[in-house]
Amino acid sequence: MSEVLLEVRDLVKHFPLTQGVLVRRRVGAVQAVDGVSFRLREGETLGVVGESGCGKSTVAKLLMHLERPTEGKILYKGEDIAGLSGRALKSVRRNIQMVFQDPYTSLNPRMTVGDIVGEPFDIHPEVAPKGDRRRRVRELLDVVGLNPEYINRYPHQFSGGQRQRIGIARGLALRPEVIIADEPVSALDVSVQAQVVNLMERLQDEFGLAYLFIAHDLSVVRHISDRIAVMYLGRIVETGTDREIYEHPTHPYTQALLSAVPVPDPSATRERERIILTGDVPSPADPPSGCRFRTRCWKAQELCTRVDPPLAVPVVFAKASGPAAHESACHFAAEEPSATAV
Amino acid sequence: MPDQARQPLGAQEDATAEGLTAGASEATPEPGAPHGLWTDAWHDLRRNPVFLVSALLILFLVLVALWPGLIATGDPNHCELIRSLEGPSAGHWFGFDTQGCDVYTRTVHGARASITVGVCATLGVALLGAVIGGLAGFYGGFWDAVLSRLGDIFFGIPMVLGAIVFLSMVSLGGIWPVVLIIAALGWPQIARIARGAVITAKQNDYVQAARALGASNTRMLLRHILPNAVAPVIVMATIMLGTFIALEATLSYLGVGLRPPTVSWGVDISAASDGMQFRNAPHILLYPAGALSITVLAFIMLGDAVRDALDPKLR
Amino acid sequence: MLLDVRDLRVEFRTREGVVRAVNGVSYSVAEGETLAVLGESGSGKSVTAQAVMGILDSPPARVTGGRVLFQGTDLLRLGEEDRRRVRGERMAMIFQDALSSLNPVLPVGYQLGEMFRVHRRASRKEARERAVELMDRVRIPAAGARAGDYPHQFSGGMRQRIMIAMALALEPELIIADEPTTALDVTVQAQVMDLLKDLQREFGMGLILITHDLGVVADVADKIAVMYAGRIVENAPVADLYKRPAHPYTRGLLDSIPRLDRKGRELRAISGLPPNLLRIPPGCPFHPRCPQVRDVCRVDPPPPLYEVTYAGRDAEAVRAAELMPDDPSALGRASACHFWKETVGE
Repeated sequence: MSEVLLEVRDLVKHFPLTQGVLVRRRVGAVQAVDGVSFRLREGETLGVVGESGCGKSTVAKLLMHLERPTEGKILYKGEDIAGLSGRALKSVRRNIQMVFQDPYTSLNPRMTVGDIVGEPFDIHPEVAPKGDRRRRVRELLDVVGLNPEYINRYPHQFSGGQRQRIGIARGLALRPEVIIADEPVSALDVSVQAQVVNLMERLQDEFGLAYLFIAHDLSVVRHISDRIAVMYLGRIVETGTDREIYEHPTHPYTQALLSAVPVPDPSATRERERIILTGDVPSPADPPSGCRFRTRCWKAQELCTRVDPPLAVPVVFAKASGPAAHESACHFAAEEPSATAV
Repeated sequence: MPDQARQPLGAQEDATAEGLTAGASEATPEPGAPHGLWTDAWHDLRRNPVFLVSALLILFLVLVALWPGLIATGDPNHCELIRSLEGPSAGHWFGFDTQGCDVYTRTVHGARASITVGVCATLGVALLGAVIGGLAGFYGGFWDAVLSRLGDIFFGIPMVLGAIVFLSMVSLGGIWPVVLIIAALGWPQIARIARGAVITAKQNDYVQAARALGASNTRMLLRHILPNAVAPVIVMATIMLGTFIALEATLSYLGVGLRPPTVSWGVDISAASDGMQFRNAPHILLYPAGALSITVLAFIMLGDAVRDALDPKLR
Repeated sequence: MLLDVRDLRVEFRTREGVVRAVNGVSYSVAEGETLAVLGESGSGKSVTAQAVMGILDSPPARVTGGRVLFQGTDLLRLGEEDRRRVRGERMAMIFQDALSSLNPVLPVGYQLGEMFRVHRRASRKEARERAVELMDRVRIPAAGARAGDYPHQFSGGMRQRIMIAMALALEPELIIADEPTTALDVTVQAQVMDLLKDLQREFGMGLILITHDLGVVADVADKIAVMYAGRIVENAPVADLYKRPAHPYTRGLLDSIPRLDRKGRELRAISGLPPNLLRIPPGCPFHPRCPQVRDVCRVDPPPPLYEVTYAGRDAEAVRAAELMPDDPSALGRASACHFWKETVGE
């Protein structure tokens, strides 16, 4: 098996809720991420799915050092990078880059495309000698499918999909090993999404990149990912290969999520039995006791209010070696024949 | 199959490039010319009559302030008491004031003091406000709280009252005490706007992107935040410039601003504001007051036009 | 026919020139029927709806032609006062962003009640009762207790329910929903779509569902109009469209989206970009991106909506499966492609 590049262990991020103007009082905490662990191997794509407020974007920010974790470890090739700063941090950053969701706010409107894509070289001058930078920028534009002649244009002269390509070129400039993509196609038009997804897949093959692909669109995630982690209220509730998650989900939340996805095929839709969840996601400032999903779960019992189910292969499947035997944080994990993607 | 899968990709790149050529030439009248907020704003301004009128007026006023000799050859402090309150005449269009000084010459020379005070005070306010507001917005947290409260304290001092108290205490002549006190009391307004603009700019993903690349604070502030936060500050400063000129006149009128022998509109209005004199010789009040009103109006109009051009919400 | 839009044209005057947002759109909705208008941003799907509702900002927008027949009356010829009455009572609209469509400083119960007070001259007490009743109807839990809450105290899904309640308040004959679930999470989206479907059945109203999501449409629509560059490029009953698209654009869309129930390696992306409406390409507006393009596609006039006929068995099969209503005219399909036969036959 290939090398583990990035490993996250028991990552926790609580945003304190405060009151008061000059003297702030802590009145609680938003538990955005609460004990998340996963591994990302060389050249693979780990998809992270979940609804808004599940903490998936916070995970991206923590990995990018845009936020400091409250607890937990982020290991890059075995070295804990969560506490790094200064020069050591800067050199790690070269290897982990990010692609943002919104192609309209992620590019500085006052800078030319050349300056935007070349900025990584300004910040890390050791990567490319000064005279070589323009050429490198042109190469990068070419790699992401943009005409290198457009180096002197401004972002607003491009469409959303093209801007996302510029963002990807910037992310590639330092030749990172890991790219964290936070909803990279969800702001794009349907017909353009596929172009960007294809581009990302091609770049992965070409440069051997590992992706952490964060999205709410389960179809896109399935398409691009090797493994998937499903998040709910700051936790990973189920994780496994794409086949395990999409064809043999055992966590009720994953099952509900999959059955809620509209499929562009009326005949398939009519055959599918849908699980419609009731209610909304509870506030992460005040999550339910025990299992966090129990307030919307049709299987919830008294046990679920008391004991938080760990993320592990459920006992019922422990002996089996089939695709249902993957990590699922549910006391009553079971396959639900009607609730799969197929 | 691999061939088939590969083909649409190549086709797509060509078409993308083609699409961009088309896209760019529609968006810009001059293909290839990069344009952004400022170019767009300039494009708007050139077609805005309010801007053209106020800009021409201000250009004229600034020229007069720099070289009053261009249109008024006399000495503003050369007065002949014998001609006191004489009305307008062929050689002396605006007539003479109480002291027998030529009102035209004094009004022309008065522009210098008024505009210098306005410009210097605005520069001071903008610099102080932008730095304090920018730092508060950028660093947030404790420093934001401290600087914002400090701003609130100064904001709470009525400008005219504060200036009167300060100026009657220092009793120094010349324009600098006036500039100083306006700057000291005026900055919180700019600071608030700068803080808001910086906070808005800071939340943009491109700032996060720069941070993710390992950019330093200085780089983020200078390259990514300030260029995107400066527009509202400029708009506010332009509008404030007009009000500062009026403020200087007010203070001079009240006898604490500029004082004779400094020639300024406020000083002249003050000297002319005796009711008896106004009835006999209205020209000595009307001309400096008119010049003042036109100047203030020109700057406020310019500020409005610039705001309309720069405010993305109106686009 | 409840609503019959004929050859509608809308332009926007902008600094860069005239943006032709809607270029001769015709569609119709019957009572109890759901029409889905599918398109990407800039396709003109929302502008058409706004023109039908009469809520276009003009200037810069201008309706330059066409008719909007609502139960036989051309709305474009009505005076502002009459138009407003139709808008309030007989057709209503649901927007994507519920938070900005609700007044943040008034309790939701009050805002709902206001509809009855203004249009039905209800008393304060009666209005409140009707408001709670409506909130109940859109399945807001503890409606009575929550009527006094402000919009920001509700979750996104609940706010969208309130918007639906508001649209339903006066029992209109037609509801236009513009991307009603785009801002919502998948599980909540399913709830809201289900609710909308049930309510439509209950009230028997016409529904126009505007969306970019091929999946959402498949679930609820009876028929679909696909829009591109301000034109309808394909009209079809929902099952037929997915099974046998008759326009290369529709086909491209269906091929380019990843499917939850299938895993392929490379997506067949549509090349290029949607056209800029300032300079719509001559001929078929889709031709620069079309894999089947021929010379005739590149020249004006753009292809008309050809009637798509079923070659034998397909139509029979569809009808036999009872996926269609009995009305044979509902089977009518159309495609604005010179080569629809090839596309549909592929």
